[in-house]
Parts: sequence; structure tokens; C-alpha cells
Amino acid sequence: MNLAARLLSAIKGDPRADRAVPPTGFTAQLTVLTAAAMAFLCVFAIALSLATARLADRWSSQLAQSSTVRISAPVDQLATQTAAALKVLQTTSGVAASRPLDADEQRALLAPWFGPDLPVESLPIPQLIEVVETPQGYDAEGLRLRLRAEVPGAVLDDHTRWRRPLIEAAGRLNLLGLFCVGLIALVTVAMITLAANSALAANSQVIRVLRQVGARDDYIARAFVRRFTLRALAGAAGGTVAGMLAITLLPSADAAGGFLTGLGFTGAGWLLPLTIPPLAAVIAFWSTRVAAMRALKEIT
Amino acid sequence: MPGANVIELNQVSYSYGGDALLSDISLKLAPGSFHFLTGPSGAGKSTLLKLCYMELMATQGQVTLFGRAAQDIGRDGVAVVRRRVGIVHQDCKFLDHLTLLENVSLPLTVSGQSTEANMAELRELLGWVGLAGKVRALPPELSGGERQRAALARAVIMSPDVILADEPTGNLDWEMSLRLLTLLVELNRMGKAILVATHDLNLIRQAKSQVAARVLRIKDRRLQLAGADL
Ligand SMILES: Nc1ncnc2c1ncn2[C@@H]1O[C@H](COP(=O)(O)OP(=O)(O)OP(=O)(O)O)[C@@H](O)[C@H]1O
Ligand SMILES: [Mg+2]
Repeated sequence: MNLAARLLSAIKGDPRADRAVPPTGFTAQLTVLTAAAMAFLCVFAIALSLATARLADRWSSQLAQSSTVRISAPVDQLATQTAAALKVLQTTSGVAASRPLDADEQRALLAPWFGPDLPVESLPIPQLIEVVETPQGYDAEGLRLRLRAEVPGAVLDDHTRWRRPLIEAAGRLNLLGLFCVGLIALVTVAMITLAANSALAANSQVIRVLRQVGARDDYIARAFVRRFTLRALAGAAGGTVAGMLAITLLPSADAAGGFLTGLGFTGAGWLLPLTIPPLAAVIAFWSTRVAAMRALKEIT
Repeated sequence: MPGANVIELNQVSYSYGGDALLSDISLKLAPGSFHFLTGPSGAGKSTLLKLCYMELMATQGQVTLFGRAAQDIGRDGVAVVRRRVGIVHQDCKFLDHLTLLENVSLPLTVSGQSTEANMAELRELLGWVGLAGKVRALPPELSGGERQRAALARAVIMSPDVILADEPTGNLDWEMSLRLLTLLVELNRMGKAILVATHDLNLIRQAKSQVAARVLRIKDRRLQLAGADL
């Protein structure tokens, strides 16, 4: 039988087998409660992981075309200095491409401040060179020194490069989120195992009687497995819904928003937390089964 | 042929860890046989019965159930074997949250048989042990004697090939003891092997007037045939 079928039959269960084991009120409620809390935390861990992944993506794509070299020189020297700067850039390792912006592009950049009809050609405005770097990036200080030596009017503007360490941090946070999901799964295994062991210990006399009248291990285990699977499923479903609601109700921010306001799900991302309840059920199923089989070995 | 015996013990020894409690025990329970097991308190009667239904495993020697060596019967096999062995324990353990009827039908339930289909038989059986009026009672509400009769009913519900009873009359007055003995004799006449551990010599004498019962005694760790005084 595959796992899904076993899970289903565990959930459907045998009402008479279920009655053979007396109800375990308090442990049951604790299991539901902890499953709910773990699912709630898991929703946030997943949201954190998704948000940081998105952030890292966005920042790296902005970074790729980030730097510019600005040449401010008397009009008659502008062309020669631009050529010199391009030569320096072409021989700088870490620079993938460099290209002087043409008059239309420069006009477009200045339009917000000076209107669309600016006579760029006749004004002493600096020439801009767009620098596209390789994934490894270039040594900004070294480039700056070489430009200063060879092109007196050149200024390297790498204002968005400061985000590079942040991208690394975002990537790290993303891993951390995944790590938290793993931790939550581990804690859930431990919690279900503890609860199942306590239920099994409390019912050792019942198990003894069942064995003596000819019950198989599997039959006895199923009564426990069913309960804990159902409780974990119900608790996790509640916790997941609560977590998703809490995230929906976070004050919304614009799409380009910062890190904290970007914590949420988009598109298919909403489906991800919906996997928490079934996964919690699978975890409960296996943890209880392993605990039950181990406890049953002690009883002849 | 060795498989013909329901349960067979061959030079079996058992110890709970220290000195051997039982040693060199050989015993054959053939279908339709009736045995009593006596001996002083602490001699190992209950222990011997536990070896017979695999609650304990012999430290030496060979236990065979229905032709299969005990050590070759896995845990699921033990469960199946126990459906063919009716056991009345010295301390009759029930599930206290289930009614008498549910407790007596528990062997049916755990072997996947429907209680409803066997309801007529169940009621007849409970009438037979004089508990027809108590079907809805919970075990803690029953007297010691009622519990022992319920335990006997539970032991025979699966129509087992052998009945192992440990002090089944321990809590019963003489009249009730005789009734229970009659039940056991009746089951024996149906071909079931019966082994009863008891201190009650009067019961044994009474039984010998009804069936050809052999009386075994545990003395100095060994099993012997009891003298002619019984
Ligand atoms: N689980 C156990 N661990 C250690 N010793 C045990 C255990 N069970 C029984 N014993 C010891 O083994 C001996 C035999 O016990 P057993 O119950 O077989 O005696 P019995 O003949 O049935 O006695 P009674 O007539 O009082 O029922 C006793 O001395 C008892 O203390
Ligand atoms: Mg005893």
C-alpha cells in the first residue's frame, strides 16, 4: 500500500479498533495546540524564505546594470576623454560591457528635471557611460585610481553597488527561513513522538489485554496512529489558516516595497503553505507508528 | 506424529533471571485431554501457563504450538496462535471503559470478525456463564466471580482448540465453582484440550468423577504426575 492510501485508511480508521483504546483527553488537546502553533510558525518561515528570495532576485537584477562613469570636461575634450575612459573600462577585469549613452538617452534621463526639449548637444552636460559588470564584479577602488590617472574628468558612480553584501544577506536569510521550516518539522516529530509515547505508556495495560486476546501489533498501532494523525492534521490546518490570515492582514505596501513590507505570498506562492497540514499529518503518521511499534515490542 | 498435540513442552526450563524456576518440564496437551496443574503457591504454575501461550519464552528446551516451534512464530504469528488458545488469567484483566459484552467479544473484534453476526452466540454464551443480565455493565462494576466467568466466556468465544485456565475458581463459591467446572467439562467433551492450574483439591476430585483428568504437580522445579490421593 502506498503512503497516501495508508494515510487515508489511517484517517478513516476502524471505529471498533478505535474504541478499544480509551480516549486521551488532555494529551489530545495539547497535540492539536502544538501542531497549530508549529503550522503558524511554519507559514511565517515560508513567507520569510519566499520574500527574501524575491528580494535577492530583484536586487541582483538591478545591480547588473548599475554603475555609470560620468565624464565632466570642457566640450572640446569630452570626446577624447570618453574614448580614454572606454579604453580603461575595456581592459578592466570584472566589466562585462561599457557603452556611452547617446543624446536621446541622456535627454530621457534629464527630462524629469528639465523637460523634454533640452538641447543636450549644445549644453556642457557630462557624458555618461553605462558599465555592466560580470557576476564577479570589478574592483571599484582600482578602477577609480586608474580613471583618475588617465581620465581627469571621469567619476565612477557605483551608488547601487553597496547592495551587493545585502544580496548575500538576503540569500542567507532565505536559507535561514528554509532551515526554520526544517527545525519546525523536527520539533513536530519530537513533539508527536513524546505525546504518542505518553499515550502508549498510559495505555500499556490496555495494549497487554489486546495482545492477549490475539490483536496484531498493526491493529493496536492503528488506533494510536489514527488519533495523532487526525489531531496533527486538524491542528496544523487551524494554524496554517491563522498564519495565512495574519500575513494577509499585514499592512500592505507597494510592490517595490522594502524587506519587511514585502513579507507575504504572491501568485502560486499562496499554495505553498497549504502543503503544511498534509505534511504535518504525514509526520504524525510516521512518528506515531514508529513510537507504537517500538512500545509494542516491549509487550509479548 | 508430533503435530497432533495442541501444545507440547519438551525438556523446558525457565528462569526469571536467577535460579531456574522450572526445569526439564515435558508436557503434551492432546486434543480432548484434560489436565490439572497443582503445586504450592510460587511453584511456577502461572509461569508454566505463560510458557504455553508465549507470554514467556523458554530459556531452554522446546515449546511447540499447533506443530510450530515457538521461536519460529513471529509477533503476528503469536497473535494468530492466541486466537486458537483460550486463556483465563489469574488476574482477569479487562478493558475497563468497555461494557461486558464488548469485552467478551474483544477477541472477535481484534480478529476482524463482526460482533453483530455473532450476537446470538454471544448472548447464548453469556447466558451459559450466568451473565445475561450484565451485558451493559462495566468490568469495575462486576464481582470477582462475575469477572472470572466473564473471563471464561471471553476465552471460549473464538471456539479455541485449547483452554488454559489459571485459578479459574479462585474467587468463586463452591456452587459457582461446580458450575464453572461443568462448563469446562462440557468444552472438553467438545474436543477441546483443557489445562487448569488450581489449588482446589476438592475441585479436582469432583472433576475426576466426571472426566478422565490427569493431575500434574510442580515439585522442586519439576513436573510430576500427582499421587493416587488425587
Ligand atoms: N515477572 C516476574 N519476575 C520475576 N519473578 C517472577 C515474575 N513472575 C513470577 N515470579 C516469581 O516466580 C515464582 C513463580 O510464580 P508463579 O506466578 O508462576 O507461581 P504460581 O505457582 O502461579 O503461584 P500462585 O499459586 O500463587 O499463583 C514466584 O516466586 C514469583 O515470585
Ligand atoms: Mg499463579
